Amino acid sequence: MNTQEALLNFCLRLADNNMIAAQRLAEWCSRGPILEEDLALTNISLDLFGQAENFYEYAATLQNNGKTADDLAFLRSEREYFNNLLVEQPNGDFAFSTMKQFLYAAFAKPLYEALQASKDETLKGITSKAVKEIKYHLRHSSEWLVRFGNGTEESLKRSQTALNELWRYTDDMFLMNDNDKALIEAGISIDLNTVKASFMATVNEIFKAAHLSIPETNNIITGGCNAIHSEHLGVMLCEMQYLQRAHPGAQW
Amino acid sequence: MVMNITAITTEEIWKVLGTIPDPDIPVISITELGIVRNVELLHDEHAIVTITPSYSGCPAMGVFREDIISMLQDLGIKQVDINISHSPAWSTDWLSEETRAKLTKYGIAPPENSDHLHTGLFTDTSRTITCPHCQQKDTKRVSQFGSTPCKALWYCNTCDQPFEYFKCY
Repeated sequence: MNTQEALLNFCLRLADNNMIAAQRLAEWCSRGPILEEDLALTNISLDLFGQAENFYEYAATLQNNGKTADDLAFLRSEREYFNNLLVEQPNGDFAFSTMKQFLYAAFAKPLYEALQASKDETLKGITSKAVKEIKYHLRHSSEWLVRFGNGTEESLKRSQTALNELWRYTDDMFLMNDNDKALIEAGISIDLNTVKASFMATVNEIFKAAHLSIPETNNIITGGCNAIHSEHLGVMLCEMQYLQRAHPGAQW
Repeated sequence: MVMNITAITTEEIWKVLGTIPDPDIPVISITELGIVRNVELLHDEHAIVTITPSYSGCPAMGVFREDIISMLQDLGIKQVDINISHSPAWSTDWLSEETRAKLTKYGIAPPENSDHLHTGLFTDTSRTITCPHCQQKDTKRVSQFGSTPCKALWYCNTCDQPFEYFKCY
């Protein structure tokens, strides 16, 4: 595996994760439980869109074939998207979205922290910025989970139900393929198992404070990094990409 | 207005860039914000300005870019290239005391030192932000997120007024 190709694939994976997570959060716009929360969800969405754009811009540079960041976001189909299965899951209720956001932030924070030591300068720069933002996202979702857990029976039930549903997608975030091997060797990326250790420490700390328990499940679902997705991504992309597909080249 | 192009220096360019306001907080300029990282004058008619985004999703970046190009073209520099740099990542620690004072006067509580960003999963609730209106410390956080990516919503219990806090990054 050529390092340049592996780096392109890795950038797309980082970009796609943020893009899809951001799009799901944007679906909350005007539907937040309270005004401040509506602002919070869309602020987090904006941060993630920004991070996605930075990764797409870099991917477009690496690809060097005249395709722009917008082409990468709006003209690839689901079998060309490398995001993790977790972020594409539908929003559900507020507890469900918060749990999804928490699990993603608990994964992205140690990943970005590790990438700050990457031998690739651009990746290092983008993640140094992104890690500051993701810390706020992690705090925000952590604090909500603790509130749910110490709130009412109903709020605890809903966050536990969310965890039961979503936990099966967490292994997918740490799956590695040949691209990862090439990048680890080149000192550009890291072994995702080290990220997993940090992720587990975070979730264990928060779940303890939030009275949540990790479900025992054998039903682990993976495939994101090889562009194999759940049924939800295609439907989501149809809506997200509609404008560029219907009016190719349309400019803001 | 076209000035005498032979007189242009990088100092002059910095001075002009210092007159471009942040669209969200017009009392501070893009140089005070720390967005402009480097100015390079290749020759009298070609400059390269390196800027860094304050936030990944900062919607003002496009405005900054256009403002810089038009201001420098007014100065007689025909070709202005904007270079985006991601490293080192922008930090609120770069804001000077003078800039922080301007923010307070404008009604926005200035950012604290970013050290505490690096520790803990939870917000340290023992930290309080001074109200920019009445200078009292009996304040509370309403929301970590506000009207722009850089601000959080706070409330002052002394003067009973909401205010914005420039979050540290």
